[in-house]
Amino acid sequence: MTLVKTTFGRRAFIRNTGLASGGLVLGFSWLASCKDEAAMEAALQMPDSWFDINGFLKIGDNGLVTIMSPNPEIGQNVKTAMPMIVADELDVDWAKVLVEQAPLNTDIFTRQLAGGSQSIRQGWQGLRLAGATARQMLKQAAANAWQVPVGEIVTAAGMISHEGSGNSAGYGEMAAAAGALEVPEEVVLKEPGEFSIIGTDRKNVDGKKIVTGQPLFGLDVDRDNMRIAMVVHPPAFGQKFKSANLEEIKAMPGIQDAFHQVVYPEGAELQWSDGGHVPEMLVIVGNSTWEVMQAKRAVQAEWEADGPLESTEYHNTELAKLLEQAPDNPGRRDGNPEAAFARAATIVEKTYSAPYLAHNTMEPMNFFAHVTADKAELLGPIQTPEYLENTLAGILEMPKENIDIMMTRMGGGFGRRLYGSFAVEAAVISKRIQAPVKVVYSREDDMTQGTYRPSYMVRYRAGLDADGKLIAWHMRAAGTNDGGYFANRFPAGAVENYLSEGHTLRTEVTTGAWRAPTSNFMAGVENAFLDEVAEAAGKDPIAFRLELFDRSINDPVGDPEKNDYDPERYAGVLRLVRDKSNWDSSSPNAEKRGVAAYYCHNSYVAQVLDVEMNAGVPRADKIWCAVDCGIVINPLSARNQIEGGIVDGIGHATFSALTFEDGKPQQDNFDTYRLIRHSEAPREIETFFVDNGIDPTGLGEPSLPPVMGALANAMYRKAGKRYYHQPFVGSQEDRRIIG
Amino acid sequence: MATYTLKINGTSRDVEVDPSTPLLWVLRDHIKLVGTKFGCGIAQCGACTVHLDGMAVRSCSLPISSIGDKEVTTIEGLSENGDHPVQLAWLEEDVPQCGYCQAGQIMNASALLAQNPYPSDSEIETAMNGNICRCGTYVRIKKAIKRAAEAGSNA
Repeated sequence: MTLVKTTFGRRAFIRNTGLASGGLVLGFSWLASCKDEAAMEAALQMPDSWFDINGFLKIGDNGLVTIMSPNPEIGQNVKTAMPMIVADELDVDWAKVLVEQAPLNTDIFTRQLAGGSQSIRQGWQGLRLAGATARQMLKQAAANAWQVPVGEIVTAAGMISHEGSGNSAGYGEMAAAAGALEVPEEVVLKEPGEFSIIGTDRKNVDGKKIVTGQPLFGLDVDRDNMRIAMVVHPPAFGQKFKSANLEEIKAMPGIQDAFHQVVYPEGAELQWSDGGHVPEMLVIVGNSTWEVMQAKRAVQAEWEADGPLESTEYHNTELAKLLEQAPDNPGRRDGNPEAAFARAATIVEKTYSAPYLAHNTMEPMNFFAHVTADKAELLGPIQTPEYLENTLAGILEMPKENIDIMMTRMGGGFGRRLYGSFAVEAAVISKRIQAPVKVVYSREDDMTQGTYRPSYMVRYRAGLDADGKLIAWHMRAAGTNDGGYFANRFPAGAVENYLSEGHTLRTEVTTGAWRAPTSNFMAGVENAFLDEVAEAAGKDPIAFRLELFDRSINDPVGDPEKNDYDPERYAGVLRLVRDKSNWDSSSPNAEKRGVAAYYCHNSYVAQVLDVEMNAGVPRADKIWCAVDCGIVINPLSARNQIEGGIVDGIGHATFSALTFEDGKPQQDNFDTYRLIRHSEAPREIETFFVDNGIDPTGLGEPSLPPVMGALANAMYRKAGKRYYHQPFVGSQEDRRIIG
Repeated sequence: MATYTLKINGTSRDVEVDPSTPLLWVLRDHIKLVGTKFGCGIAQCGACTVHLDGMAVRSCSLPISSIGDKEVTTIEGLSENGDHPVQLAWLEEDVPQCGYCQAGQIMNASALLAQNPYPSDSEIETAMNGNICRCGTYVRIKKAIKRAAEAGSNA
């Protein structure tokens, strides 16, 4: 038992409203798993009254519980996992839990943001407190009713009982009284061994709605009198609007208006979530999506640029130049790298690169807005609603209390919807046309107006002594708008003479967080390089890494507090995957097998990948993946995240690239931008979680970065060739698959 | 503008739209069946897949004028109670992550199984290659199709 202070402010507790609110029930957790739906639905009749216990949950008079999922749902399945945590501490039967997406509410919730794989890690304590506090209040209500000490009351699966008096009651019977009590100052949290919902397989609470095509997504939003708007941004990064045939556009069928509009006036106070915004746009407003799309195609506009426009050749030339220069300040320097390289028996030096990537969420950017003189309602897919509210307060000149933001389920995020300028565009358009509006990006708009994964180059050098011991390490990275490295990640702390440094190349092409930012490049290349260094040292790649971890554990170089990883946990996943995959570099299957390990988003992942090659195209036959992310809330969905990250990493490293000419993206749809498809996906993925009872850490991102290295290393074994530049196969090859 | 009478999910619907309007936008904007998704607009991603007389087609690239009296089935009409074997298999395998592409995947998979009740792995891959899942749920999709095939054989 763990006694903890509650942290709820009084305003988080809206008491005993006693009335059912309309339109509450959005998620039915039981439908997905129930064999006899009709019977279950009958058993789960809606209560006559709901009692708000705290902002996270309410309890119906019949014992049904509604739990709010505070964070945006982008496919990482927090809408199931976060309520599971509350439900476990509340001690309620999961089959009697309904889940609702909470709107943005900064009075009750903190960090309503989907990013950095942090929803569960940072929400963990608060969610547990919400459930435990409510349980304590229910117990107190029962103690008061039965005139017995609260310490003698026990709960189980939504029932309260007192053995001495023989009393028992359902939560619903005590909910009204509980809601009227003072919030306890301290509550008891469960020990991990007491969890009954956390750590068990629970199906997606929206599963039934997804497979039956119910409206869940931003693009599905429909309102009376709602207009459709599409926007035209400058086609090249670095251009500004000059003129357009707007009068012709206005005369087209179904078009109500067409105009040039400033979205972000000069001097507007920007949030980081406005990254990648375009200050101005052309807007076409009409009755239906197809009519507006047709009108948009007919736009003939002139744009002008202040300076030269960027190309991929320019980016790569400039990044390569930076690799030849020492930055003024290294990120980390241990020992004397120059002297160590001078005495090294062998030096391995390799340069790696990766292109820009678009996010390409399957649901293109869109947002609904209805802005009136004194109120703004926004509804749609956004990973950063709180930042959006801050931006809107400035741009609409409206107090935040008058701005309501609700998140829809999102057709993918991957970081793209951290940058919500599309929602700001919707609000500005609605204000101007004085009508509710849904802004819709076409796939081409979505792909060419991005906040892309930066392009990167990095050069690694490793010095080995005559015994094959790694005595010197130097990494110099360069990236567009991102220095592209982590100074204190592995093998920092494990090499006597160590230097890591990086450069940032500022570009007009806008960049931002893309699933596992920076790690999505560094992990793959670092693991590919380690593989080559191990080979030069004549060592097994896993044994080579474990030796380095031993050094980091037993005799760390520099201040171990500075190291951005725990070497014991890192080595732990590597040993686990070694054992599970029966790794043996002398066995025949080693000829198609690669390994990688990485730490990011507070979690550790190690992978072994078996590859086959067909006409130069890799396909993973089997992947073993060991994960240490602390306590796993929902293993069924956690495995899904791991599998998805692996497929995503393999796909982008193998096929995907966004290139530029004259400031314009050269790929604008899935015919030219290659994403991984069914026939290229791994045949089998097996995931193993470390069971250590540590508080949960990131899960949505950490499996993606290392797999790029595991793949490159397996391809080397199988094809006899090292792969230094992504995409390994390329998106240019014309292997179009017509749907 | 022209008037068309469409057979959709067993009912008859009149719409007045431009003849070039793709079936996708007729479904979404005019008939308000939004389960069929917009992904790419050029028949490359499969999010908009529906059945036309039982065949899987990309509704984003089919002008309404080309439909005639063929029967259109959307995800909303695949089964009355969401209990088509493919839908049940999707739930059992807990396939979806974001969920956006899954209606298209399910429509394509159900058309596949209607024609080929016991597809091999490579037949599944070939048939499903036009449907992109950006979340990478391909491994589970294949498991779900096999599960549905098995359920069909036991039915």
